[in-house]
Amino acid sequence: MRTCWESFEGYFLRALGREFGQPLLPRGLDITLCDQFALIASGLMWNVYLAVVSLVAGFFLATALALGKFSERAVLQRPAAAFIFLFRGSPLFIQFFFAYEAFVLLPRAGFVINLFFVEITAETRWLTRAWAGALVVLWLNTSAYTAEIFYGALRAIPRGDLEAADAYGMSGWARFRRIVWPTMLRLAWPSYTNEAIFLTHATTLVFFSGFPAWQQSGDALYYARYFADQTFNPFISYPIVAVYFIGLTLAIIWLFGAANRRLNRHLPQEARSRFRFRPQYIR
Amino acid sequence: MFAFCADPSALPQWQWFACYLTSGTHLAFYWSFVVVIVLILLAAPASLLLGFGGALAQRSRYAPLRWFGAGYTSMVRGVPDIVFFLFVPIAVDQSLEFLMHQIRCPDWDLPIRRGNDFLVCPAAKVPLSTSPSWVHDFYAFGLALLAFALVFGAFAANTLRGAMEAVPKAQIETAEAYGMTRGQAFRRVLLPQMWVYALPGLSNLWMILIKATPLLFLLGIQDIVFWARELGGAKTSLYTYPHPDWRVWYFLVVLIFYLLLTWVSQFGFERLMGRLSVGQATAGGERMRKAGL
Repeated sequence: MRTCWESFEGYFLRALGREFGQPLLPRGLDITLCDQFALIASGLMWNVYLAVVSLVAGFFLATALALGKFSERAVLQRPAAAFIFLFRGSPLFIQFFFAYEAFVLLPRAGFVINLFFVEITAETRWLTRAWAGALVVLWLNTSAYTAEIFYGALRAIPRGDLEAADAYGMSGWARFRRIVWPTMLRLAWPSYTNEAIFLTHATTLVFFSGFPAWQQSGDALYYARYFADQTFNPFISYPIVAVYFIGLTLAIIWLFGAANRRLNRHLPQEARSRFRFRPQYIR
Repeated sequence: MFAFCADPSALPQWQWFACYLTSGTHLAFYWSFVVVIVLILLAAPASLLLGFGGALAQRSRYAPLRWFGAGYTSMVRGVPDIVFFLFVPIAVDQSLEFLMHQIRCPDWDLPIRRGNDFLVCPAAKVPLSTSPSWVHDFYAFGLALLAFALVFGAFAANTLRGAMEAVPKAQIETAEAYGMTRGQAFRRVLLPQMWVYALPGLSNLWMILIKATPLLFLLGIQDIVFWARELGGAKTSLYTYPHPDWRVWYFLVVLIFYLLLTWVSQFGFERLMGRLSVGQATAGGERMRKAGL
C-alpha cells in the first residue's frame, strides 16, 4: 500500500500527462482514499485552465458582440444576434461533439493562408486535442452568454449618464471608455459572476464529449468517474469532486466580489449591485 | 421500407438515400428524438412539483423542514449539475438494491461490498435479471428522469421561492385583515399571483432543461447523441450502406433540432407571458391595461 505522501507525489501532477508522476493510474483494489483526493485535485487543473483562459478571451469577444448587437446598423446587429442565438440556443454538449467532428475533418497538415507577401500555415492538428479544441468551443460559448449579459447591461445604462457625457463634450472613444464601458460592467457584474461559475462547471463536460483524454490525463470529473467505475462506489469520488467544486465556486465568488467592490467604489453602500446566485446560465 | 431497397448498392443516388434514411437503425434514431421530448415533458412537471415542495418547505414554520428545504435548494449551488447526473442514478440503484436485499434475503451472511464489488442476492436485483429487456429500458429511463427531476426541482425551488416573496406583502396582509387563515391567504391571494413573477425564471429553466437532455447519453441511454455517433461513423463495404465519416452532419442535424426547440419555446413563452400579465400589478400588465387589451 502507498502512503498518503506517495500517492500525492505520484498523482498530484498526473493530469498533465504520463511523464508527470506515476505513468499508470491506480486500479481495482489498489485504490486508496488519498489516491482519489490527489488525482481528482490534479484533474482540477484542467477545469481551472479551461475556465480562466476562455473567460479572459471571452470577455473581449463578448464586449465586441454586445456592442454589435446593440448597434443600430443591421450589418453589425444581425450577425452578432445570430451568433449569440446559435451558441445560447443549443446545448454545449452538442457543440462540443459537433466541433470535435468538424475539427477531425480539417486537413492534418494545416491551412496555408496566402497574404500576398507572406505565407502563414495555420496549424489545425491541435484542434482535435482538448486543450485547444475544447478551449475554442468554450471561448465562443462563454462569449455568447456573456455578450447577452453585457447587451442587457448596455440597454440598462441610465440615460442621464449618457446625457452628462454629452454635456461634457465627450464622444466616440472617450465616451465609451469612461462612461459606457464602466457602467456596463458595473451593471453586468452580478450576472457575469454567475456566468463565470457556470462556465467553470461546464468545463466538466469536455472529456465526456468526444475529446479524448490523451494518456489518461483528464479533468476532475473524468478521474472521479474513473474511480466510480473502478470501485463501483459512487459515494466517495463524486462527493470529493463536489467538495472541490464548492471550493472553486467560493473562490470565484470571492474574486468577482473583490472586482465588484472596485467597480462600485464610488457609489454609496445601498446603491451597489449585489451578487445573487441565479442558476440561469447553465448550458 | 421501400420495395426497391433490396439491393442498395445498385441504386441511383436519391433512391439510395431514401433507403438509407429509412433503415431500421435510422428509425431508432428518429425514435430517440421522441424519447427526448417525452423526457422533457415528464421532467418539467415533476421538477415543478419537487420545486414547489422545496419552496413550501423553506417557508414552513417548523425549523427542521425549513433546513431540509434550504439544504435541497442549495444542493445545486457550487456543484456542477453533471456530477448529480452521474451520481444520482447509480446511488439510487445501489440504495434500492440494498433495501431489497434487506427485505428479501435477511439470512444472507456475505457482506454486500466485497472488495470493489457490490453484490446483493439474486432476488434483490433491481430489476430482476430474469425480467424482459423493456423493463430494464424503462428502469434506466426512470432513473434518468429521477436525476433530472431532482436537479431541476432544486432550481425550480429557488425560482418559486423568489416568486412567492415577490408578491407584494400588503396583499397578504389585506387578506389576513379580511379574516383569512394563513392557508386561505396562500391559496386565494399568493398562489394565483406568483406565476407572473415566476415565469421568467421558469422559462429559463425550461430552456436549461432542453439543453440538459443530451446528458442522457452519459447515463447509458440510447439517445440522440448515441445514435448520431453510431450512425455517422464511417461504414466499410461490409455494411449494407457504406459511407465515409458523416458524424459531423449528424451532429449538425441534432444541433438544428435543439435550435428549433429553443426557438419555438421562446415564442411560446412570450405568448404565455402576455396571457399571464393581464390584470397584474406589474409594468407589463399596466401597459396592457392602457392599450385596452
